[in-house]
Amino acid sequence: MFEDKERHLCIICSKGTLDMAYPALVLANAALMEGIDVTMFFTFWGFDMITKKKMDKLEVTPLGNPSMAMPNGMGIPNMMSMLPGMTGFATSMMRKEIAKLDFPPVREYMQTIADGGGKMYACKMSMDMMGLAEEDLFEEVEAVVGAMEFMEMSEDAQIIFI
Amino acid sequence: MTERVIAGKEVEFDEQGFMADYTEWDKDVAVELATEIGIDPLTDRHWQVIEFCRSDYEAQGDAPTLRRITQMGGVPTKELYKLFPKGPAKKVAYVAGLKKPSGCI
Repeated sequence: MFEDKERHLCIICSKGTLDMAYPALVLANAALMEGIDVTMFFTFWGFDMITKKKMDKLEVTPLGNPSMAMPNGMGIPNMMSMLPGMTGFATSMMRKEIAKLDFPPVREYMQTIADGGGKMYACKMSMDMMGLAEEDLFEEVEAVVGAMEFMEMSEDAQIIFI
Repeated sequence: MTERVIAGKEVEFDEQGFMADYTEWDKDVAVELATEIGIDPLTDRHWQVIEFCRSDYEAQGDAPTLRRITQMGGVPTKELYKLFPKGPAKKVAYVAGLKKPSGCI
């Protein structure tokens, strides 16, 4: 049960919505709690998870998402999801549900993962594309790396793409 | 269920390898279980975590999550990973004589 097996998990985070950030956060943290090494690589919209100005403001939209229902279980028609304020409404609803289960907000979760030894890397191409600099990124990001470097560091690792 | 002799007494373990009955636990058992998984010696900070987990288990009926230990047990995440390296959630519960924790956080 506690044998020292070396296992390494790489999670590629390519989405910046609340509902796509949490699966990555939950899995990364769970892996660390199980004694598995974790590397997270943030690319494209996943960059929002490590951009200081955005990481506290991730949102979820009900538009085009048939799984998203109202608290009473009723679906939200796309026509309604288009209305101004619906994204804010859905986001605040999801944030409340997450907090109710005692899961931390994004920044705190990221800090927990970093404190648990999780390594975080930012994608160079995404950073250039979004016109960001290293000082715009969450302090725990170890380095900005290219895709080839990521290939090197993920050698023999199990990879999850989100 | 399997029985093993730990610190001179018969202790029952469940299918997952955790103590089946947390009342069979005492400090000598904890020391031996910790040594078994490479944690030696148990410092005051280890005991603080273990005691928090046991009292929380008594109150809640479930081994506390790491988040609960950091928030209510007063031991920060970084330190928890130093005290119980490579898989703290299960190691803490194991040494404290509790069931495998079921929480995801």
